[in-house]
Amino acid sequence: MEFPGITVYWIVIALMMMGFYVVISHHNLIKKIVGLSVFQVSVFLFYISMGKVIGGTAPILSDNITVYSNPLPHVLILTAIVVGVATTALGLALVVRINDAYGTIEDDEIQALESDT
Amino acid sequence: MIAQHLPVLQIVIPLMSAPFCIFLRHHLWTWILAVAMSWLSLAMSIGLLARVVEEGTIIYHLGGWAAPWGIEYRIDNLNAFILVIVSAIAAVVMPYARKSVDREIPRDRAYLFYAMMLLCMTGLLGITITGDAFNLFVFLEISSLSSYVLISMGRDRRGLTAAYRYLVLGTLGATFYIIGVGLMYMMTGTLNIADLASLIPSVAGTRTIQAALAFLTVGLCLKLALFPLHMWLPNAYTYAPSAVTVFLAATATKVSVYALIRVVFTIFGGVDILDTLQVRDLLMILALAGMFAGSAVAIYQVNIKRMLAYSSVAQLGYMILGISMANVSGVTAGIIHLFNHALMKGALFMAMGCIMYVIGSVRLDDMAGLGKRMPVTMAAFVAGGLSLIGVPLTAGFISKWYLIQAALEKGWWPIAMLIVLSSLLAVIYIWRVVEVAYFRAPPEGHEGISEAPLSMIVPMLVLVGATYYFGIDATTTLNIAHSAATVLLGGAQ
Repeated sequence: MEFPGITVYWIVIALMMMGFYVVISHHNLIKKIVGLSVFQVSVFLFYISMGKVIGGTAPILSDNITVYSNPLPHVLILTAIVVGVATTALGLALVVRINDAYGTIEDDEIQALESDT
Repeated sequence: MIAQHLPVLQIVIPLMSAPFCIFLRHHLWTWILAVAMSWLSLAMSIGLLARVVEEGTIIYHLGGWAAPWGIEYRIDNLNAFILVIVSAIAAVVMPYARKSVDREIPRDRAYLFYAMMLLCMTGLLGITITGDAFNLFVFLEISSLSSYVLISMGRDRRGLTAAYRYLVLGTLGATFYIIGVGLMYMMTGTLNIADLASLIPSVAGTRTIQAALAFLTVGLCLKLALFPLHMWLPNAYTYAPSAVTVFLAATATKVSVYALIRVVFTIFGGVDILDTLQVRDLLMILALAGMFAGSAVAIYQVNIKRMLAYSSVAQLGYMILGISMANVSGVTAGIIHLFNHALMKGALFMAMGCIMYVIGSVRLDDMAGLGKRMPVTMAAFVAGGLSLIGVPLTAGFISKWYLIQAALEKGWWPIAMLIVLSSLLAVIYIWRVVEVAYFRAPPEGHEGISEAPLSMIVPMLVLVGATYYFGIDATTTLNIAHSAATVLLGGAQ
């Protein structure tokens, strides 16, 4: 285990916890979506860094390339990014509709409105 | 020729028909398409089940790429059975949906509703059929994203916040799941479930794999709403349109239970990591807590859809309890309850949908005297409720019988007692509805109301009938569940 590898994972964990904390602690629905995105992005970074081989290049079929990074996690994460974009878009669309219906996007105010009815 | 490609057609046909709904745009045509697709799916899944029972596991390589490089669909007794459950419920819900959707969703948006239902069905079928851990994630997100949309389509504005909260928690769950898959990939270099199962034992001792198991378990338990990770479920079921509640309650959580079974018994089947980390004990304690907490909260609900949602949390406890026992009868009980609960909860929520259609409310107070006004619907509710309690001759009895048997096999009679005790709680919450509907005088102005339309009554009666049919003659389902459990646990020894 050399140092750079560890740093990347520390960054991933820090981002993940920051995103998670924002989701839990913030009442603003848009900020929650932002936190959720940060949380997801940390996982993207995790996948991308785990496929990296130090000193490796792109996996191109050529005689002078012997060490190359694993492309599969990168491909997987392309899919996950698409899913992440869709989730964010849908989440924000819901926030717009919530704003129309309740006139606020603060979670505690919405809960107060809901317990009235 | 076509029969050979049946596994992929099961997914591709509903997937392609969803965008087709958007082109059609007309509420009636899209409905006809959705009904046709769901029936076709049911026919295909029954065909697959028949073939699996006859010839054993079907392995299908997508695009002809051999596993573990390509994605493979691997269908054995267990997932062929779940495929039939999902598509059968869809085939019953789609005809039911027409009238209910007409009343609850603006007509110009109905085509979107059917497109989303087809996508959701595709996702759930995909989770079930795939033999690839990452592919499972993709289908999980297809089904989840479409179910967020479906939940938000309800008339009540609380449906929007319910969908939003489900979106946040569901995304966390799914992301936990891919973290787990990533960690497993780091250690084994494969995503194929069968391949993972053979490679995990050699690396099972590492911290990475232990962390992977933790992420996978927590992620999937969030999706299947195991107590105390069920917070998204009650509101989502309560405020979703009736037809959506029926479909999601009967299938979505069940498919997540299936995914958990795959992780626990197939991927981690070859190692004793579950015993050393005490995952099973943890699941069992949470399942028992859920059985009581869910039922206890259900007793105090005034909104009956919400009551049934909490009862679902309790019923999921039974499934997880069976799985956590990890003996053949326990897992059989878990699988059989998965099927039986889909039938009876489907029937109960359909009854709620009928009541919603006729009186526009599912609050307990508004149901006074409904036993006389809507005799068929209320009779169906009582019949489904009896099954939920676990009265003999109903499907619910079969699953509880097996669950208790599994507990006694292990010598855990206190757990058997707890199963019986928690069933008694179900008596209380079902009785509350019976009391109001049958023994209270109908309020003023209820003279004109009568039964829901036939297109809603018939699907409901089909499900109620199935609950009793599989309660009286459970041989077929038991055989399938039993052989699936034997195969799953065979991997463990």
